Amino acid sequence: MTKPAAPTAEPFTTVIGLEVHVQLQTKTKLFCGCSTTFGAPPNTQVCPVCLGLPGSLPVMNREAFSLAIKAALALECRIAPFTKWDRKNYFYPDLPKGYQISQFDLPFSSDGWLEVVDPKGAFSRKVGVIRVHLEEDAGKSMHDEAAGTADTRIDLNRAGTPLCEIVSQPDLRSPQEARAWLNELKLLLVYLGVSDCNMQEGSLRVDANVNLHIPRPDGSLAKTPIVEIKNMNSFRSVERALAYETARQYDEWQATGAELGTTPKQTRGWDDPAGVTRAQRHKEESSDYRYFPDPDLVPVTVSEEQIAAAKALMGTPPTVLRTTLAEKWKISAYDADVLVNQGRELVGYFEDVATRVGEGKVASNWLQQDVLRTLNERGETIDEFPIRPDALADLIRRVQNGDFDTSRGREIFAEVLTSGRSVADVVASLGIAAVGQDELIALCKELIAANPKIVADVQGGKEQAAAGLIGQAKKKNPNVNPAKVRQMCVDLIKALELPTRTPEA
Amino acid sequence: MTLARKDVAKVAMLARLALSDAEIDTMTGELSKIVGFVSLLEEIDTAAVAPLAHPLDTQNAFRDDVPAASLTTAEALQSAPRHDGECFLVPAVLGESGAA
Repeated sequence: MTKPAAPTAEPFTTVIGLEVHVQLQTKTKLFCGCSTTFGAPPNTQVCPVCLGLPGSLPVMNREAFSLAIKAALALECRIAPFTKWDRKNYFYPDLPKGYQISQFDLPFSSDGWLEVVDPKGAFSRKVGVIRVHLEEDAGKSMHDEAAGTADTRIDLNRAGTPLCEIVSQPDLRSPQEARAWLNELKLLLVYLGVSDCNMQEGSLRVDANVNLHIPRPDGSLAKTPIVEIKNMNSFRSVERALAYETARQYDEWQATGAELGTTPKQTRGWDDPAGVTRAQRHKEESSDYRYFPDPDLVPVTVSEEQIAAAKALMGTPPTVLRTTLAEKWKISAYDADVLVNQGRELVGYFEDVATRVGEGKVASNWLQQDVLRTLNERGETIDEFPIRPDALADLIRRVQNGDFDTSRGREIFAEVLTSGRSVADVVASLGIAAVGQDELIALCKELIAANPKIVADVQGGKEQAAAGLIGQAKKKNPNVNPAKVRQMCVDLIKALELPTRTPEA
Repeated sequence: MTLARKDVAKVAMLARLALSDAEIDTMTGELSKIVGFVSLLEEIDTAAVAPLAHPLDTQNAFRDDVPAASLTTAEALQSAPRHDGECFLVPAVLGESGAA
């Protein structure tokens, strides 16, 4: 670990822009009918088109295009009425054609934004999106590090998989903001069904551009050379790499005074175990890719009607859902944030429970305190969770009815979870039959008769003294609800003072 | 239109062509003639002409997202200079992969 310590009060502004590639959730590749399923044996999902064999012709996947439009609309982008495909030429063994089909001067969308708001209020940042475009993925190169100079093996299953490239403006101002923005972007794309954004499987990849703006004593601004960081395999890595790189650039600037424009743009790779970035090859200038229109693909036009139709089908994005959920169910913005950030399935589960019990707050509490914790412990998703919304709602309603208190409810929750039996079954088997009103009155009268001291205290105005009866009540009948016992005893004792009044049922 | 030797050397490098000095000389002359011929087009006033994205007057050619049969691995690898029955084999490359 040679991580330089970041200065506590930074004497500079950190400027970060992100470039995100997400794989679109299509069944087939962008230009051919090969499957995009992850994890298939090497070179089993390839055909003449994605192998780049002579004479083959690409044809655009309609679903890929509409998912890309969905992503762009969610990012508030302007959709171009006319878009075309270009060839980006470079040589690499995992790029069989010697060019990648991408979009250069006429991307299908541009000029959008996505805002990220820290729920704890640390920051709020509206980040511009320069463009979103569609392109094909390359294949996978596998190097046997141990073998040193051995061959590289090429698997082209991934070649031709549809990718959306999302390029942000350099609007982010800290590594924490960058991570939070990526979380928000991922949440949005997963909500809309655009991508599963699984970083382990490579369906979401991030590169970051970062430099520093350092004020000089004369008021002018020194800008450090922009560095592109690659090879970050998690959002946490992105945050760590940016923090490291920020400190490194400041150190380097202090040592050399190197500024933007004096050196070529540098690419550095993040070494996660070592916690450092390392210099990679210098990036070729954009013109070296010799983009030109791909003659194999015809342009695409998008009408206003198509955009309106796509918007109508888009579904509710997380930002909107946070607000509507909080308003509809009268839960706090923080609670709504926690629920929405867990994904659409969990929100569906929550709304189902809340509808059945007729209250949002209690459903939200059970989800956050009991369901989410259990999901974490069991490593399950909400769809796999054995207690379905009807069962949880049944349990919550019984607590609301006063059949038993919340802590008893938790025991039942745990028992339903491990036994797989219904709430009613578990309640019966634990002997937690609801205590009837007559039974309760009889029990309380018995307690009052046996505890004149407590009765006197309550009559003297110390209502809290009735709490002393609860323990005794539980001994006599473990199923009684403590709050009900307390209230009934107080009511009965007060009724003693006014013999004409009978206790209210 | 005359190309410089360094332009030709750069294009050759980008195309991964190993040209000898003599070949660069030859290519510089020949490519200059080709580029010169194409540059005749610059004499036409195109101020009022929209850029052409594609020569065909067709747009919006799509296919449905329906899987089709792929090749077998053996078929996919059959013309590769070297393979191990599963993957294509190439001389060791290091550095990043994936779409740029």
